[in-house]
Amino acid sequence: MKTISLQKPDSQFIREVRERSGQEPSHCYQCGNCTAGCPYNFAYDIPVSRIMRLLQLGRREEVLQSKSLWLCATCQSCTTRCPNQIDVARVMDVLRHMAREAGYATERNVKAFGDAFLESVEKHGRVYEVGILASYVLKTGRFWTDVELAPAMLPKGKLGLRPHTIQGAEHIARIFRRYRGEPESAEKNGGEKK
Amino acid sequence: MSQRIGYYPGCSGSGTSVEYDASTRAVCDRLGLSLQDVPDWSCCGSTPAHTVDHVLSAALSARNLELAAQAGLDTVTTPCPSCLANLRVAGHKMEKEGFRKQVKNLLDTECESLAEVKSTLQVLLEDVGPEAVQAKVVRPLSKLRVVCYYGCIMNRPPEVMQFDDPEHPMAMDTLMEACGAEVLPFPLKVECCGAAAGMPRKDIVTELSGRLLDVAAGMGADAIVTACPLCQMNLDLRQGQVNSARGSKHAIPVFYFTQLMGLAMGLSASEMGIAKLAVNPKPCLEQAGVL
Repeated sequence: MKTISLQKPDSQFIREVRERSGQEPSHCYQCGNCTAGCPYNFAYDIPVSRIMRLLQLGRREEVLQSKSLWLCATCQSCTTRCPNQIDVARVMDVLRHMAREAGYATERNVKAFGDAFLESVEKHGRVYEVGILASYVLKTGRFWTDVELAPAMLPKGKLGLRPHTIQGAEHIARIFRRYRGEPESAEKNGGEKK
Repeated sequence: MSQRIGYYPGCSGSGTSVEYDASTRAVCDRLGLSLQDVPDWSCCGSTPAHTVDHVLSAALSARNLELAAQAGLDTVTTPCPSCLANLRVAGHKMEKEGFRKQVKNLLDTECESLAEVKSTLQVLLEDVGPEAVQAKVVRPLSKLRVVCYYGCIMNRPPEVMQFDDPEHPMAMDTLMEACGAEVLPFPLKVECCGAAAGMPRKDIVTELSGRLLDVAAGMGADAIVTACPLCQMNLDLRQGQVNSARGSKHAIPVFYFTQLMGLAMGLSASEMGIAKLAVNPKPCLEQAGVL
């Protein structure tokens, strides 16, 4: 069995998670309710209650490199059932933000799917499902992804073959650019600069 | 004498869940609810946005809440639980001034007035009510045994969603009973179907949706009734993938609750987009005498 050193917790890591999630990690008393109800536990490398424990111990690297962060679907079972009112799903979400910022993506295809989705939103203002699939395939090289579903979908007209771009698409693109901290373009803008 | 309410269709409504959008619009119309689309609505960002950043996610949602309010729509309804969760979480978090300010920095506007958001399920249950639904039923679904599957985020987390019971919701059960269906108990009402893992980790969806199909079949259901485009797609379109992965032989039709309500209220199968479903629903509907 793996042992965990209790020395030298990364207190900066704990503080950052506390601030960004608004949740107090030390409130977890390890009852295991979150793990008991987690539908994804069978696929996790570290159960969610153990992620909470490693967080309390300031084990930054082990936490941020966990595949579990990428597999969590924010189904809210843990948050709904935590007896100490910790918003566990929000903690998982914040840890995923931090893993992304640290350059970890231990479930590469999950990240590729999310990226493809947001690129579609940034480009058109709405999601274009066929475009997401194409972009995902290009990012991952998984050319046969869901190809067996096409015969069921195409004749039913469920796959729009052309994207729908909204009038305010530029507004959406601007939200993304500001989020990334890119300089405002030369065109007029009424909003304050960050 | 119709009640006007804002409508946020969500992106899948013009793609993989066209039949949910069509049946929602037709059923609301029949029940005297006049849906007005949020002008030039944009994507809420869904799960990918909040897994990247909460301020980005809230900004994508807030744009829509503000557009709705500007169009004089103080309440907006959406059929999709993922849209619902993002739109409601954004409104909830923006009650805090510090967070609202961060969101405003990404938008061009002040976010002074934001519309409230409710699921279409909630509107049909609370604003219309089961009695009014029952009064419109012309073809009761009395020979149909169904289980109602709500998915994980229609009612959770309870502080944000403020609707129905987070562990044992009854809204769809009540509406289906109003339409005359026999609603069977279903212990996995709020267990996750595998959500958006379908493309990157199909094995997760086939496992989780497989469990739902096994239990629905075990309860003796003729059909599963859903309220979420992603749940519906995983259970219906991916039912073949589930069968290949698990060696099962399920052929359970998976409806949107609005499709069954529409059929019960005398709307046609083509208006309800019945032919859009992947698992053939015809035998089940013929046996129930509503086709």
